[in-house]
Amino acid sequence: MKELSLNVLDITENSVKAGATLTEISITETDTELIISIKDNGCGMSEEILMSVTDPFYTTRTTRRVGLGIPLFKLAAEMTGGRLEIKSRTKDMDPEGHGTAVTAYFFKNHIDFTPLGDIVSTLTTLIRGHAEVDFLFTHEKDGRCVTLDTRELRAMLEDVPLDTYEVIKWIEGYLEEQYDNL
Amino acid sequence: MKSLAELQAIKDKMKSKVVLREGTNEIRVVVGMATCGIAAGARPVLNAFVEAVNEAGLAGEVTVSQTGCIGICQYEPVVEVFEAGNKKTTYVKMTPEKAKTVVEKHLKGGKVVAEFTIESK
Repeated sequence: MKELSLNVLDITENSVKAGATLTEISITETDTELIISIKDNGCGMSEEILMSVTDPFYTTRTTRRVGLGIPLFKLAAEMTGGRLEIKSRTKDMDPEGHGTAVTAYFFKNHIDFTPLGDIVSTLTTLIRGHAEVDFLFTHEKDGRCVTLDTRELRAMLEDVPLDTYEVIKWIEGYLEEQYDNL
Repeated sequence: MKSLAELQAIKDKMKSKVVLREGTNEIRVVVGMATCGIAAGARPVLNAFVEAVNEAGLAGEVTVSQTGCIGICQYEPVVEVFEAGNKKTTYVKMTPEKAKTVVEKHLKGGKVVAEFTIESK
């Protein structure tokens, strides 16, 4: 992937496919580190599947949707000296707190660090593609924060869908304006 | 500064339009957005379709959506256009520029852009 924001798009698609109604995408940045966390309330994975998702050649039909996405994200993190962690709880294991959390740690100053890229485009693509589910996005850097919570927008818009062209354009502008101040 | 009040204005404007749009979609543009598609550049292709369809005033007749991997990863970004009468066109190795051409010539003009299709490869 040319940008980490494309990995974020790819991994978050897994959350939507896992039936998540809310996916939290958090980016935390310091001078040296970048941490990307994608946490959903979807169906979760069993321990057996969880152990194999980082293996690109594990492709039985039940896990086919995972494919190369996680291995590529893991590789991008490890190339910088960082790492990837996945925690997951199925509905059987945890009826209340089920879901999957993928967290990738990057060292920004490493020569093989992939830039974050156009994260705004990733978010608008996700919202447009999955207007029926919610996303909570935060990007923290030096005590400042960019945020977007589609639940707030949904409450405001009532029955106007989030994937309306004008709404997506507004979200794009809203995020870009916040990024100008980050 | 963008405010939620602006969103309120969009809501009021859209509410009157919502009813008009229903049931008028005749063409579906579907962009492959699995890992293979995303890595090959599907995100800007999808966005180019959305922008071009709106600019061309085709939002009432054309819906742009996304799908997973359809199994021809070497041809990504892949875009399928579904029209009335089960007509399907598969465009391969798409770019934002090609997307604009497809909107102009195919979606607006009704003529398949043969050199971008899988049959031409």
